[in-house]
Amino acid sequence: MGQPLIDLRNITKTFDGQIVLDDLSLAVKENTFVTLLGPSGCGKTTTLRIIGGFESPDKGQVIFDGQDITKLPPNRRQLNTVFQKYALFPHMNIAENIAFGLKIKGKSKSYIDDKIKYALKLVNLDGFENRSVDSLSGGQQQRIAIARAIVNEPRLLLLDEPLGALDLKLRQDMQYELIRLKNELGITFIYVTHDQEEALTMSDTIVVMNQGYIQQMGTPEQIYNEPENAFVADFIGESNIVGGLMLHDELVEIFGAKFACVDKGFGVRQPVDVVIRPEDIDLVEPEAGTLVGTVTHLIFKGVHYEMEVTTPDGFEWLVHSTDMFPVGKKVGIHVDPFDIQIMNKPASEDEEAVGVNE
Amino acid sequence: MNRLLQKKYLAAPYAVWMTGFTIIPLLMIVYYGLTDKSGAFTLDNVLAIGTAEHVKALVLALGLSFISTVLCLLIAYPLAMILRNRNIGQGSFMVFVFILPMWMNFLLRTLAWQTLLEKNGVINGILSFLHLPNIAIINTPAAIILGMVYNFLPFMVLPLYNVLAKIDNNVLYAARDLGADGLQTFIHVIFPLSIPGVISGITMVFIPALTTFVISNLLGGSKILLIGNVIEQEFTKGSNWNLGSGLSLVLMIFIFISMGLLAKYDKNGEGSTF
Repeated sequence: MGQPLIDLRNITKTFDGQIVLDDLSLAVKENTFVTLLGPSGCGKTTTLRIIGGFESPDKGQVIFDGQDITKLPPNRRQLNTVFQKYALFPHMNIAENIAFGLKIKGKSKSYIDDKIKYALKLVNLDGFENRSVDSLSGGQQQRIAIARAIVNEPRLLLLDEPLGALDLKLRQDMQYELIRLKNELGITFIYVTHDQEEALTMSDTIVVMNQGYIQQMGTPEQIYNEPENAFVADFIGESNIVGGLMLHDELVEIFGAKFACVDKGFGVRQPVDVVIRPEDIDLVEPEAGTLVGTVTHLIFKGVHYEMEVTTPDGFEWLVHSTDMFPVGKKVGIHVDPFDIQIMNKPASEDEEAVGVNE
Repeated sequence: MNRLLQKKYLAAPYAVWMTGFTIIPLLMIVYYGLTDKSGAFTLDNVLAIGTAEHVKALVLALGLSFISTVLCLLIAYPLAMILRNRNIGQGSFMVFVFILPMWMNFLLRTLAWQTLLEKNGVINGILSFLHLPNIAIINTPAAIILGMVYNFLPFMVLPLYNVLAKIDNNVLYAARDLGADGLQTFIHVIFPLSIPGVISGITMVFIPALTTFVISNLLGGSKILLIGNVIEQEFTKGSNWNLGSGLSLVLMIFIFISMGLLAKYDKNGEGSTF
């Protein structure tokens, strides 16, 4: 696939003695949509600001298209940023905002006018040239911020939680817009968000970060279906994470019950963490279940019912199902072998970002 | 409670204040300015601005105020930028230190400069002690400018600092991100966004400088007359309230003109009094 477009090598960054990024390395290929996903304070925005040139790393290098740009100021990097709160120039109208980068580069007036027209069309805001920034809604301002960035034809577009301030419906629309833009323009996107659904919808690759480390990197399917540790499993979607004992290949014991699974190579009688997604749990008649429990909670969520099933050991299983079982009913829990995801227990306490029920 | 606050009569004390202390005095000035001692209507007091002595005082006042305002702007802008770039707490502490002299009486501070600048004053004493040539700026226009800049500088710093501190850092990052270097960011983004502060700073320095008579009295000696001194003398020594009022009206017209010129640059009307 050739060399990566952006290559972060062993980046370390501290603020006031607090380690924000710890020896982070990340390579991004051209023309991909990469999302940095994690809770606030995980270092994702700092990573983006280091790529953009607004922070300099304490250690490590930023390689762009084979060139070391670690010390290059932001105005000399061939990339553009879409900021969280749009950051449009309030004293300029829409056309002047979009033209800013091109004027600085000394492009001709006719070139700039063409580009403004093209960019406004691309973000579905034709005819907005003479509007003031104040007269636009949040979603429109965000589109202008995107238009202002892409007229410069960057090879890499950095987006810092650009949809964070928008309401749900608008956010979903904008997600599709961004995917369309990326496909039309062939620009590499690095997108920062804490919203896992946004990440799953848009990305080619998701990088899950926590406490300055990359926890897992992979396609949305890999991240969702095969989380590598409890943090990723807990952060991406809802999940039941329980301690288990790997008896041997393809058989795991949870709360004394034996579940068939498809995982191998964890050894014999090894303690492991087990992830089971709520929608992968089948509620059956008590005698047909591997484990038996009682429904203790029931909420109607629209698409499905959300239930809590408490097993005698006290664990509350989160279950999503289109079938309804009333509170107090005894049910059996059944899970298909390929719906069980086995993970190694964290090696150190540092790695253990979320508590796991034993 | 809210209903109570909406009641119109709560504005009454302010209306009384404004009528008693702004509108009536203003009308009295207009009356005196447009009448002679016997009370008959005349334009002589206003037209008296045309005499050589008065033109000289007006031109000198306009010139010195203009120079002082420009100096204040040149000194205050970099300072306000430095304050803005400090961490929030540090910045406001420095602003506080900067306006601390304003807690002392204006007259005292100006008198202090008189003592400092005098022929045998403190500064020349130190210069003599160091075998350096003495300075002789007391009773010159330079001393008046010094006094104006010293006294009015905080009025330029504060509005500039306020408007600069309000600029979102992300907007500056965006400019850098789009290819602008530090200077281009200043020219195209920071300065245009600071114009309301520049305008109110200019207004708050230029107008008191134009009308002052205390600074010119204390630092300019008796030979340098600004229009403010002329008006003051008509009210005190000359006892010609009509002439003083007439000249005041002319000065007000000049202030209106300068504010009108400023208002043209302030599209949002945030800075000027118009």
